[in-house]
Amino acid sequence: METPDPAAPAAPASERFIRIERKHPLAIRWFHWVNIPLLATMIGSGLLIYWSNGVYRLGIGGWTLFHFFPAWFYRVFNLDHRLAEGMAWHFAFMWLFALNGVAFVLYTAISGEWRYLVPSRQSWLDAWQVVLHDLGIRKAPLPRQKFNAAQQITYTAIIVMGALSLLTGLAIYRPVQLSWLTTLLGGYQAARFEHFWLAMGFCAFFVVHIAQVVRAGWNNFRSMVAGVEVVDEPKETKP
Amino acid sequence: MSDSPRKVPPLQEIVLPEAEGRARLKKATRRSFLGVAAAAGGVALAWRWLTSSPLVDDVRAPLRSALRFNERLSRAAFSRGRLAPTFPRERAQDPRANGTEGLDDEDFDPAAWRLAVDGLAAGSASLGLAELQSFPKTEMVTELKCIEGWSTVVQWGGVRFADFATRFPPPTPSGKPFDLAARPQDVPEYVSMETPDGDYFVGLDSDSALHPQTLLAWEMNGAPLSEEHGAPLRLVIPVKYGIKNIKRIGRIEWQDRRPKDFWAELGYDWYAGH
Repeated sequence: METPDPAAPAAPASERFIRIERKHPLAIRWFHWVNIPLLATMIGSGLLIYWSNGVYRLGIGGWTLFHFFPAWFYRVFNLDHRLAEGMAWHFAFMWLFALNGVAFVLYTAISGEWRYLVPSRQSWLDAWQVVLHDLGIRKAPLPRQKFNAAQQITYTAIIVMGALSLLTGLAIYRPVQLSWLTTLLGGYQAARFEHFWLAMGFCAFFVVHIAQVVRAGWNNFRSMVAGVEVVDEPKETKP
Repeated sequence: MSDSPRKVPPLQEIVLPEAEGRARLKKATRRSFLGVAAAAGGVALAWRWLTSSPLVDDVRAPLRSALRFNERLSRAAFSRGRLAPTFPRERAQDPRANGTEGLDDEDFDPAAWRLAVDGLAAGSASLGLAELQSFPKTEMVTELKCIEGWSTVVQWGGVRFADFATRFPPPTPSGKPFDLAARPQDVPEYVSMETPDGDYFVGLDSDSALHPQTLLAWEMNGAPLSEEHGAPLRLVIPVKYGIKNIKRIGRIEWQDRRPKDFWAELGYDWYAGH
Protein backbone atom coordinates (compact mmCIF):
# COMPACT_ATOMS: atom_id res chain seq x y z
CA MET A 1 0.00 0.00 0.00
CA GLU A 2 1.42 3.35 -1.04
CA THR A 3 1.22 6.29 1.27
CA PRO A 4 1.73 9.89 0.23
CA ASP A 5 5.36 10.94 0.08
CA PRO A 6 6.39 11.82 3.65
CA ALA A 7 8.74 14.50 2.30
CA ALA A 8 5.82 16.35 0.75
CA PRO A 9 4.37 19.19 2.76
CA ALA A 10 1.85 17.87 5.25
CA ALA A 11 -1.64 17.79 3.89
CA PRO A 12 -4.03 20.21 5.47
CA ALA A 13 -5.99 18.56 8.23
CA SER A 14 -9.20 18.87 6.29
CA GLU A 15 -7.89 17.10 3.16
CA ARG A 16 -9.79 13.99 2.19
CA PHE A 17 -8.22 10.83 0.80
CA ILE A 18 -9.40 8.32 -1.76
CA ARG A 19 -8.43 4.66 -1.95
CA ILE A 20 -8.03 3.23 -5.44
CA GLU A 21 -7.51 -0.45 -6.20
CA ARG A 22 -5.49 -1.52 -9.20
CA LYS A 23 -7.89 -4.35 -9.97
CA HIS A 24 -7.63 -5.92 -13.42
CA PRO A 25 -4.28 -6.11 -15.25
CA LEU A 26 -4.25 -4.74 -18.80
CA ALA A 27 -3.69 -8.20 -20.34
CA ILE A 28 -6.75 -9.67 -18.66
CA ARG A 29 -8.90 -6.75 -19.72
CA TRP A 30 -7.80 -7.29 -23.34
CA PHE A 31 -8.42 -11.05 -23.25
CA HIS A 32 -11.85 -10.37 -21.78
CA TRP A 33 -12.99 -7.81 -24.35
CA VAL A 34 -11.40 -9.54 -27.35
CA ASN A 35 -13.25 -12.68 -26.37
CA ILE A 36 -16.64 -11.01 -26.81
CA PRO A 37 -16.62 -10.65 -30.63
CA LEU A 38 -14.84 -14.01 -30.92
CA LEU A 39 -17.34 -15.92 -28.80
CA ALA A 40 -20.22 -14.11 -30.49
CA THR A 41 -18.87 -15.19 -33.90
CA MET A 42 -18.44 -18.78 -32.72
CA ILE A 43 -21.97 -18.96 -31.30
CA GLY A 44 -23.51 -17.16 -34.29
CA SER A 45 -21.80 -19.38 -36.85
CA GLY A 46 -22.57 -22.36 -34.61
CA LEU A 47 -26.28 -21.53 -34.90
CA LEU A 48 -25.95 -21.40 -38.71
CA ILE A 49 -24.54 -24.94 -38.54
CA TYR A 50 -26.97 -26.21 -35.91
CA TRP A 51 -29.98 -25.08 -37.97
CA SER A 52 -29.48 -27.89 -40.50
CA ASN A 53 -30.05 -30.52 -37.82
CA GLY A 54 -31.76 -28.69 -34.96
CA VAL A 55 -32.88 -31.67 -32.93
CA TYR A 56 -32.31 -30.75 -29.29
CA ARG A 57 -35.04 -29.84 -26.85
CA LEU A 58 -35.91 -29.53 -23.21
CA GLY A 59 -38.58 -32.04 -22.30
CA ILE A 60 -39.44 -35.51 -21.09
CA GLY A 61 -40.74 -38.28 -23.34
CA GLY A 62 -43.28 -36.87 -25.75
CA TRP A 63 -43.63 -33.63 -23.79
CA THR A 64 -41.48 -30.74 -24.94
CA LEU A 65 -40.99 -27.62 -22.89
CA PHE A 66 -38.80 -25.86 -25.44
CA HIS A 67 -37.44 -26.89 -28.82
CA PHE A 68 -34.03 -25.50 -29.82
CA PHE A 69 -35.05 -23.61 -31.86
CA PRO A 70 -38.52 -22.71 -33.14
CA ALA A 71 -38.73 -21.68 -36.79
CA TRP A 72 -39.44 -18.05 -35.92
CA PHE A 73 -36.08 -17.82 -34.11
CA TYR A 74 -34.10 -18.64 -37.27
CA ARG A 75 -36.32 -16.37 -39.35
CA VAL A 76 -36.06 -13.37 -37.04
CA PHE A 77 -32.27 -13.61 -36.80
CA ASN A 78 -31.80 -14.71 -40.44
CA LEU A 79 -30.03 -17.95 -39.49
CA ASP A 80 -31.60 -20.46 -41.88
CA HIS A 81 -30.08 -22.05 -45.02
CA ARG A 82 -26.57 -20.81 -44.26
CA LEU A 83 -24.78 -24.04 -43.30
CA ALA A 84 -21.76 -23.66 -45.61
CA GLU A 85 -21.23 -20.07 -44.52
CA GLY A 86 -21.53 -21.06 -40.87
CA MET A 87 -18.92 -23.78 -41.21
CA ALA A 88 -16.46 -21.47 -42.96
CA TRP A 89 -16.74 -18.84 -40.21
CA HIS A 90 -16.66 -21.43 -37.43
CA PHE A 91 -13.51 -23.19 -38.70
CA ALA A 92 -11.68 -19.90 -39.28
CA PHE A 93 -12.55 -18.18 -36.00
CA MET A 94 -11.99 -21.31 -33.92
CA TRP A 95 -8.27 -20.53 -34.12
CA LEU A 96 -8.65 -17.00 -32.75
CA PHE A 97 -11.04 -18.15 -30.03
CA ALA A 98 -8.63 -20.91 -28.99
CA LEU A 99 -5.58 -18.63 -29.11
CA ASN A 100 -7.24 -15.99 -26.94
CA GLY A 101 -8.31 -18.62 -24.43
CA VAL A 102 -4.88 -20.25 -24.27
CA ALA A 103 -3.23 -16.82 -23.90
CA PHE A 104 -5.57 -15.99 -21.01
CA VAL A 105 -4.83 -19.25 -19.21
CA LEU A 106 -1.07 -18.88 -19.73
CA TYR A 107 -1.12 -15.29 -18.50
CA THR A 108 -3.11 -16.03 -15.37
CA ALA A 109 -0.93 -19.04 -14.62
CA ILE A 110 2.39 -17.23 -15.05
CA SER A 111 1.43 -13.89 -13.51
CA GLY A 112 -0.05 -15.53 -10.40
CA GLU A 113 -3.39 -13.87 -11.13
CA TRP A 114 -4.94 -17.36 -10.91
CA ARG A 115 -4.67 -17.11 -7.10
CA TYR A 116 -7.54 -14.60 -7.09
CA LEU A 117 -9.58 -16.59 -9.58
CA VAL A 118 -9.38 -20.29 -8.86
CA PRO A 119 -11.77 -21.37 -6.11
CA SER A 120 -10.38 -22.98 -2.96
CA ARG A 121 -12.18 -25.59 -0.89
CA GLN A 122 -13.57 -22.76 1.23
CA SER A 123 -15.10 -21.07 -1.84
CA TRP A 124 -17.69 -23.80 -2.17
CA LEU A 125 -18.99 -22.93 1.33
CA ASP A 126 -18.66 -19.17 0.93
CA ALA A 127 -20.47 -19.17 -2.41
CA TRP A 128 -23.75 -19.77 -0.54
CA GLN A 129 -23.17 -16.61 1.46
CA VAL A 130 -22.72 -14.72 -1.82
CA VAL A 131 -25.98 -16.13 -3.17
CA LEU A 132 -27.82 -15.23 0.06
CA HIS A 133 -26.27 -11.75 -0.08
CA ASP A 134 -27.24 -11.22 -3.72
CA LEU A 135 -30.79 -12.31 -2.94
CA GLY A 136 -30.94 -9.78 -0.12
CA ILE A 137 -31.27 -12.43 2.59
CA ARG A 138 -27.85 -11.95 4.11
CA LYS A 139 -27.56 -8.33 5.28
CA ALA A 140 -23.93 -8.24 6.41
CA PRO A 141 -21.39 -7.19 3.75
CA LEU A 142 -19.27 -9.86 2.12
CA PRO A 143 -15.55 -10.05 2.95
CA ARG A 144 -13.58 -7.89 0.53
CA GLN A 145 -11.82 -9.93 -2.15
CA LYS A 146 -10.99 -9.26 -5.78
CA PHE A 147 -13.41 -12.02 -6.74
CA ASN A 148 -15.94 -13.38 -4.28
CA ALA A 149 -16.44 -17.11 -3.88
CA ALA A 150 -19.31 -17.29 -6.38
CA GLN A 151 -17.30 -15.32 -8.92
CA GLN A 152 -14.29 -17.60 -8.45
CA ILE A 153 -16.41 -20.67 -9.13
CA THR A 154 -18.26 -19.14 -12.09
CA TYR A 155 -15.27 -17.56 -13.82
CA THR A 156 -13.22 -20.71 -13.43
CA ALA A 157 -16.13 -22.83 -14.68
CA ILE A 158 -16.38 -20.61 -17.78
CA ILE A 159 -12.72 -21.26 -18.59
CA VAL A 160 -13.25 -25.01 -18.13
CA MET A 161 -16.30 -24.76 -20.40
CA GLY A 162 -14.19 -22.99 -23.01
CA ALA A 163 -11.66 -25.81 -22.89
CA LEU A 164 -14.47 -28.39 -23.16
CA SER A 165 -15.91 -26.51 -26.13
CA LEU A 166 -12.57 -26.83 -27.90
CA LEU A 167 -12.33 -30.54 -27.08
CA THR A 168 -15.92 -31.44 -28.02
CA GLY A 169 -15.51 -29.28 -31.13
CA LEU A 170 -12.35 -31.14 -32.15
CA ALA A 171 -14.14 -34.43 -31.53
CA ILE A 172 -16.86 -33.47 -34.03
CA TYR A 173 -14.43 -31.84 -36.46
CA ARG A 174 -12.10 -34.84 -36.88
CA PRO A 175 -14.00 -37.80 -35.41
CA VAL A 176 -11.90 -40.44 -37.18
CA GLN A 177 -8.39 -39.05 -36.83
CA LEU A 178 -9.23 -38.14 -33.22
CA SER A 179 -11.54 -41.08 -32.60
CA TRP A 180 -9.96 -41.68 -29.16
CA LEU A 181 -11.24 -38.26 -28.11
CA THR A 182 -14.65 -38.73 -29.73
CA THR A 183 -15.03 -42.11 -28.03
CA LEU A 184 -13.91 -40.64 -24.71
CA LEU A 185 -16.66 -38.02 -24.98
CA GLY A 186 -19.28 -40.70 -25.62
CA GLY A 187 -19.26 -40.83 -29.43
CA TYR A 188 -19.92 -38.49 -32.34
CA GLN A 189 -23.52 -37.58 -31.50
CA ALA A 190 -22.76 -37.26 -27.79
CA ALA A 191 -19.91 -34.85 -28.55
CA ARG A 192 -22.24 -32.76 -30.73
CA PHE A 193 -24.82 -32.72 -27.94
CA GLU A 194 -22.20 -31.62 -25.38
CA HIS A 195 -20.85 -28.97 -27.74
CA PHE A 196 -24.35 -27.53 -28.15
CA TRP A 197 -25.13 -27.38 -24.43
CA LEU A 198 -21.79 -25.77 -23.68
CA ALA A 199 -22.76 -23.03 -26.14
CA MET A 200 -26.13 -22.66 -24.39
CA GLY A 201 -24.19 -22.49 -21.12
CA PHE A 202 -22.19 -19.51 -22.43
CA CYS A 203 -25.46 -17.80 -23.36
CA ALA A 204 -26.90 -18.41 -19.87
CA PHE A 205 -23.69 -17.12 -18.30
CA PHE A 206 -23.89 -14.02 -20.48
CA VAL A 207 -27.39 -13.15 -19.24
CA VAL A 208 -26.50 -13.55 -15.55
CA HIS A 209 -23.14 -11.81 -15.98
CA ILE A 210 -24.71 -8.74 -17.63
CA ALA A 211 -27.37 -8.56 -14.90
CA GLN A 212 -24.71 -8.72 -12.19
CA VAL A 213 -22.55 -6.09 -13.90
CA VAL A 214 -25.55 -3.76 -14.13
CA ARG A 215 -26.30 -4.37 -10.44
CA ALA A 216 -22.70 -3.80 -9.39
CA GLY A 217 -22.66 -0.44 -11.12
CA TRP A 218 -20.29 1.93 -12.83
CA ASN A 219 -17.30 1.72 -10.47
CA ASN A 220 -17.08 -2.04 -10.98
CA PHE A 221 -17.67 -1.84 -14.74
CA ARG A 222 -14.98 0.82 -15.11
CA SER A 223 -12.48 -1.50 -13.43
CA MET A 224 -12.84 -3.96 -16.32
CA VAL A 225 -12.10 -1.16 -18.78
CA ALA A 226 -9.67 1.16 -17.00
CA GLY A 227 -8.34 -1.37 -14.51
CA VAL A 228 -8.90 0.81 -11.44
CA GLU A 229 -11.72 0.83 -8.91
CA VAL A 230 -12.48 3.21 -6.08
CA VAL A 231 -12.43 1.12 -2.91
CA ASP A 232 -14.55 3.40 -0.73
CA GLU A 233 -15.80 6.92 -0.78
CA PRO A 234 -13.44 9.63 0.44
CA LYS A 235 -13.03 10.06 4.16
CA GLU A 236 -11.87 13.00 6.20
CA THR A 237 -8.91 11.07 7.55
CA LYS A 238 -6.31 8.85 6.04
CA PRO A 239 -7.77 5.39 5.83
CA MET B 1 -10.24 -16.78 3.69
CA SER B 2 -8.00 -17.46 6.65
CA ASP B 3 -8.05 -21.25 6.56
CA SER B 4 -7.36 -21.41 2.85
CA PRO B 5 -4.17 -23.34 2.17
CA ARG B 6 -3.37 -20.99 -0.70
CA LYS B 7 -1.85 -17.57 -0.11
CA VAL B 8 -3.97 -15.05 -1.95
CA PRO B 9 -1.76 -12.05 -2.70
CA PRO B 10 -2.92 -8.74 -1.21
CA LEU B 11 -4.92 -6.34 -3.32
CA GLN B 12 -2.91 -3.51 -4.83
CA GLU B 13 -4.20 -0.24 -3.53
CA ILE B 14 -3.04 3.32 -3.69
CA VAL B 15 -4.17 6.09 -1.36
CA LEU B 16 -4.24 9.60 -2.78
CA PRO B 17 -5.59 12.99 -1.82
CA GLU B 18 -9.08 13.11 -3.26
CA ALA B 19 -8.44 15.77 -5.92
CA GLU B 20 -5.37 14.01 -7.25
CA GLY B 21 -7.06 10.61 -7.08
CA ARG B 22 -10.10 11.84 -8.97
CA ALA B 23 -7.88 13.42 -11.64
CA ARG B 24 -5.92 10.21 -12.08
CA LEU B 25 -9.09 8.14 -12.29
CA LYS B 26 -10.52 10.46 -14.88
CA LYS B 27 -7.37 10.25 -16.98
CA ALA B 28 -7.17 6.44 -16.77
CA THR B 29 -10.87 6.15 -17.59
CA ARG B 30 -10.70 8.47 -20.57
CA ARG B 31 -7.59 6.76 -21.95
CA SER B 32 -9.09 3.27 -21.61
CA PHE B 33 -12.39 4.15 -23.16
CA LEU B 34 -10.57 5.74 -26.08
CA GLY B 35 -8.66 2.47 -26.40
CA VAL B 36 -11.91 0.51 -26.36
CA ALA B 37 -13.40 2.81 -28.98
CA ALA B 38 -10.33 2.35 -31.20
CA ALA B 39 -10.48 -1.43 -30.77
CA ALA B 40 -14.20 -1.48 -31.56
CA GLY B 41 -13.48 0.57 -34.67
CA GLY B 42 -10.80 -1.93 -35.64
CA VAL B 43 -13.24 -4.81 -35.21
CA ALA B 44 -15.83 -2.98 -37.33
CA LEU B 45 -13.28 -2.37 -40.10
CA ALA B 46 -12.10 -6.01 -40.00
CA TRP B 47 -15.73 -7.13 -40.20
CA ARG B 48 -16.37 -4.93 -43.22
CA TRP B 49 -13.22 -6.11 -44.93
CA LEU B 50 -14.12 -9.76 -44.34
CA THR B 51 -17.77 -9.53 -45.36
CA SER B 52 -16.97 -7.58 -48.52
CA SER B 53 -14.02 -9.69 -49.73
CA PRO B 54 -14.51 -11.48 -53.04
CA LEU B 55 -16.20 -14.86 -53.04
CA VAL B 56 -14.07 -17.89 -53.87
CA ASP B 57 -16.41 -20.78 -54.70
CA ASP B 58 -19.14 -19.04 -52.73
CA VAL B 59 -17.06 -18.39 -49.60
CA ARG B 60 -15.35 -15.10 -48.66
CA ALA B 61 -11.71 -15.32 -49.74
CA PRO B 62 -10.14 -15.06 -46.25
CA LEU B 63 -12.44 -17.79 -44.94
CA ARG B 64 -11.63 -19.99 -47.96
CA SER B 65 -7.95 -19.48 -47.14
CA ALA B 66 -8.63 -20.58 -43.56
CA LEU B 67 -10.34 -23.73 -44.85
CA ARG B 68 -7.32 -24.43 -47.08
CA PHE B 69 -4.99 -23.85 -44.13
CA ASN B 70 -6.98 -26.31 -42.02
CA GLU B 71 -6.84 -28.78 -44.91
CA ARG B 72 -3.05 -28.58 -45.21
CA LEU B 73 -2.73 -29.15 -41.47
CA SER B 74 -5.22 -32.03 -41.50
CA ARG B 75 -3.57 -33.72 -44.47
CA ALA B 76 -0.12 -33.39 -42.91
CA ALA B 77 -1.43 -35.03 -39.71
CA PHE B 78 -3.58 -37.63 -41.48
CA SER B 79 -2.83 -41.28 -40.83
CA ARG B 80 -4.43 -44.17 -42.71
CA GLY B 81 -3.75 -46.24 -39.61
CA ARG B 82 -6.42 -44.40 -37.63
CA LEU B 83 -9.74 -46.11 -38.20
CA ALA B 84 -13.31 -44.94 -37.85
CA PRO B 85 -15.07 -46.67 -34.96
CA THR B 86 -17.04 -49.76 -36.01
CA PHE B 87 -20.30 -50.96 -34.50
CA PRO B 88 -22.18 -54.23 -33.95
CA ARG B 89 -24.34 -55.26 -36.90
CA GLU B 90 -27.56 -54.81 -34.85
CA ARG B 91 -26.94 -51.08 -34.60
CA ALA B 92 -27.18 -50.65 -38.39
CA GLN B 93 -30.11 -48.68 -39.83
CA ASP B 94 -31.11 -47.30 -43.20
CA PRO B 95 -29.78 -43.77 -43.59
CA ARG B 96 -31.81 -40.91 -45.02
CA ALA B 97 -31.27 -40.80 -48.81
CA ASN B 98 -30.85 -37.01 -48.76
CA GLY B 99 -30.07 -35.74 -52.22
CA THR B 100 -30.63 -36.97 -55.75
CA GLU B 101 -27.99 -34.91 -57.57
CA GLY B 102 -26.57 -37.09 -60.34
CA LEU B 103 -29.38 -39.67 -59.95
CA ASP B 104 -32.02 -37.91 -62.00
CA ASP B 105 -31.29 -39.46 -65.42
CA GLU B 106 -34.50 -41.36 -66.21
CA ASP B 107 -32.85 -43.34 -69.00
CA PHE B 108 -30.19 -44.78 -66.69
CA ASP B 109 -30.03 -48.56 -67.09
CA PRO B 110 -28.33 -50.31 -64.16
CA ALA B 111 -27.98 -53.50 -66.18
CA ALA B 112 -25.93 -51.73 -68.84
CA TRP B 113 -23.83 -49.84 -66.27
CA ARG B 114 -20.04 -50.06 -66.44
CA LEU B 115 -17.42 -48.32 -64.36
CA ALA B 116 -14.91 -46.25 -66.34
CA VAL B 117 -11.49 -45.77 -64.75
CA ASP B 118 -8.99 -43.28 -66.14
CA GLY B 119 -5.55 -42.08 -65.21
CA LEU B 120 -4.26 -45.60 -64.53
CA ALA B 121 -0.70 -46.79 -65.11
CA ALA B 122 -2.17 -48.79 -67.99
CA GLY B 123 -4.30 -45.87 -69.22
CA SER B 124 -7.99 -46.65 -68.92
CA ALA B 125 -10.19 -49.55 -67.91
CA SER B 126 -13.88 -50.44 -67.96
CA LEU B 127 -15.46 -52.91 -65.53
CA GLY B 128 -18.89 -54.44 -64.97
CA LEU B 129 -20.34 -55.07 -61.52
CA ALA B 130 -19.68 -58.83 -61.72
CA GLU B 131 -15.97 -58.20 -62.18
CA LEU B 132 -15.89 -55.85 -59.17
CA GLN B 133 -17.74 -58.43 -57.10
CA SER B 134 -15.10 -61.03 -57.92
CA PHE B 135 -12.61 -58.99 -55.86
CA PRO B 136 -12.14 -59.75 -52.14
CA LYS B 137 -15.23 -58.39 -50.40
CA THR B 138 -14.97 -56.23 -47.29
CA GLU B 139 -17.85 -55.67 -44.90
CA MET B 140 -17.96 -53.05 -42.18
CA VAL B 141 -20.42 -51.26 -39.93
CA THR B 142 -19.54 -47.58 -39.67
CA GLU B 143 -21.21 -44.27 -38.97
CA LEU B 144 -22.30 -42.26 -42.01
CA LYS B 145 -21.96 -38.62 -40.93
CA CYS B 146 -23.93 -36.06 -42.88
CA ILE B 147 -22.53 -32.54 -43.06
CA GLU B 148 -25.93 -31.40 -41.75
CA GLY B 149 -25.08 -32.92 -38.39
CA TRP B 150 -27.00 -36.19 -38.24
CA SER B 151 -25.38 -39.59 -38.50
CA THR B 152 -26.51 -43.18 -38.99
CA VAL B 153 -24.75 -46.45 -38.33
CA VAL B 154 -24.82 -48.50 -41.56
CA GLN B 155 -23.47 -51.86 -42.64
CA TRP B 156 -21.67 -51.77 -45.99
CA GLY B 157 -20.28 -54.41 -48.33
CA GLY B 158 -17.92 -53.86 -51.23
CA VAL B 159 -14.31 -53.79 -52.30
CA ARG B 160 -11.74 -51.61 -50.61
CA PHE B 161 -10.63 -48.83 -52.91
CA ALA B 162 -7.07 -49.71 -51.84
CA ASP B 163 -7.58 -53.32 -53.01
CA PHE B 164 -9.11 -52.05 -56.22
CA ALA B 165 -6.06 -49.80 -56.73
CA THR B 166 -3.79 -52.80 -56.25
CA ARG B 167 -5.59 -54.59 -59.14
CA PHE B 168 -5.84 -51.45 -61.27
CA PRO B 169 -2.79 -49.47 -60.18
CA PRO B 170 -2.33 -45.76 -60.73
CA PRO B 171 0.90 -44.47 -62.27
CA THR B 172 3.71 -43.87 -59.76
CA PRO B 173 5.71 -40.64 -59.87
CA SER B 174 8.84 -42.66 -58.98
CA GLY B 175 8.27 -45.14 -61.81
CA LYS B 176 8.46 -48.08 -59.38
CA PRO B 177 5.59 -50.59 -59.21
CA PHE B 178 2.57 -49.36 -57.21
CA ASP B 179 3.09 -50.00 -53.51
CA LEU B 180 0.31 -49.14 -51.08
CA ALA B 181 2.79 -48.97 -48.21
CA ALA B 182 5.21 -46.58 -49.92
CA ARG B 183 6.00 -43.49 -47.77
CA PRO B 184 5.72 -40.80 -48.91
CA GLN B 185 2.95 -42.25 -50.99
CA ASP B 186 3.88 -42.88 -54.57
CA VAL B 187 0.62 -42.12 -56.42
CA PRO B 188 -1.04 -39.10 -58.05
CA GLU B 189 -2.23 -36.64 -55.42
CA TYR B 190 -5.96 -36.82 -56.14
CA VAL B 191 -8.82 -39.06 -57.17
CA SER B 192 -11.89 -37.71 -58.94
CA MET B 193 -15.24 -39.52 -59.10
CA GLU B 194 -18.44 -38.59 -60.91
CA THR B 195 -21.89 -39.93 -61.73
CA PRO B 196 -22.54 -41.30 -65.26
CA ASP B 197 -24.36 -38.08 -66.22
CA GLY B 198 -21.59 -35.94 -64.71
CA ASP B 199 -24.07 -33.99 -62.58
CA TYR B 200 -22.50 -34.98 -59.27
CA PHE B 201 -18.76 -35.14 -58.73
CA VAL B 202 -16.35 -35.34 -55.81
CA GLY B 203 -12.64 -34.74 -55.39
CA LEU B 204 -10.60 -36.76 -52.92
CA ASP B 205 -7.04 -36.57 -51.67
CA SER B 206 -5.51 -39.96 -52.46
CA ASP B 207 -4.52 -40.56 -48.82
CA SER B 208 -8.21 -40.54 -47.87
CA ALA B 209 -9.16 -42.59 -50.94
CA LEU B 210 -6.61 -45.27 -49.98
CA HIS B 211 -7.73 -45.37 -46.31
CA PRO B 212 -8.50 -49.01 -45.44
CA GLN B 213 -12.17 -48.19 -44.73
CA THR B 214 -12.81 -46.53 -48.09
CA LEU B 215 -15.08 -48.91 -50.04
CA LEU B 216 -16.55 -49.15 -53.51
CA ALA B 217 -19.79 -50.55 -52.14
CA TRP B 218 -22.65 -52.46 -53.78
CA GLU B 219 -24.33 -53.62 -50.57
CA MET B 220 -26.06 -51.76 -47.74
CA ASN B 221 -27.42 -53.43 -44.59
CA GLY B 222 -27.13 -56.86 -46.21
CA ALA B 223 -29.05 -56.04 -49.40
CA PRO B 224 -27.95 -54.77 -52.81
CA LEU B 225 -27.92 -50.98 -52.95
CA SER B 226 -31.28 -49.43 -53.77
CA GLU B 227 -31.38 -46.84 -56.51
CA GLU B 228 -31.81 -43.91 -54.08
CA HIS B 229 -28.75 -45.08 -52.16
CA GLY B 230 -26.59 -45.25 -55.27
CA ALA B 231 -27.06 -48.57 -57.12
CA PRO B 232 -25.16 -50.19 -58.62
CA LEU B 233 -21.96 -48.84 -57.00
CA ARG B 234 -21.31 -46.05 -54.54
CA LEU B 235 -18.42 -44.75 -52.51
CA VAL B 236 -18.33 -45.22 -48.74
CA ILE B 237 -15.61 -43.15 -47.16
CA PRO B 238 -15.89 -42.78 -43.36
CA VAL B 239 -12.96 -40.32 -43.25
CA LYS B 240 -15.20 -37.81 -45.06
CA TYR B 241 -18.63 -36.25 -44.59
CA GLY B 242 -21.55 -37.87 -46.41
CA ILE B 243 -21.29 -35.37 -49.29
CA LYS B 244 -18.12 -37.17 -50.49
CA ASN B 245 -19.80 -40.59 -50.37
CA ILE B 246 -20.85 -40.32 -54.01
CA LYS B 247 -23.70 -42.54 -55.25
CA ARG B 248 -23.91 -44.26 -58.65
CA ILE B 249 -20.25 -43.85 -59.59
CA GLY B 250 -19.80 -43.72 -63.37
CA ARG B 251 -16.17 -42.69 -63.67
CA ILE B 252 -13.06 -42.67 -61.49
CA GLU B 253 -9.89 -40.85 -62.44
CA TRP B 254 -6.48 -40.53 -60.78
CA GLN B 255 -5.11 -37.06 -61.34
CA ASP B 256 -2.41 -34.65 -60.19
CA ARG B 257 -4.57 -31.54 -60.34
CA ARG B 258 -7.15 -30.88 -57.67
CA PRO B 259 -10.50 -32.23 -58.91
CA LYS B 260 -13.63 -30.12 -58.91
CA ASP B 261 -16.14 -30.96 -56.21
CA PHE B 262 -19.90 -30.40 -56.32
CA TRP B 263 -20.42 -29.04 -52.79
CA ALA B 264 -17.06 -27.27 -52.59
CA GLU B 265 -18.24 -25.11 -55.50
CA LEU B 266 -21.28 -24.19 -53.40
CA GLY B 267 -19.34 -22.88 -50.42
CA TYR B 268 -18.37 -26.03 -48.54
CA ASP B 269 -14.90 -27.12 -47.50
CA TRP B 270 -13.24 -29.04 -50.32
CA TYR B 271 -11.48 -31.39 -47.91
CA ALA B 272 -14.54 -32.14 -45.71
CA GLY B 273 -12.44 -34.71 -43.88
CA HIS B 274 -12.79 -36.54 -40.61
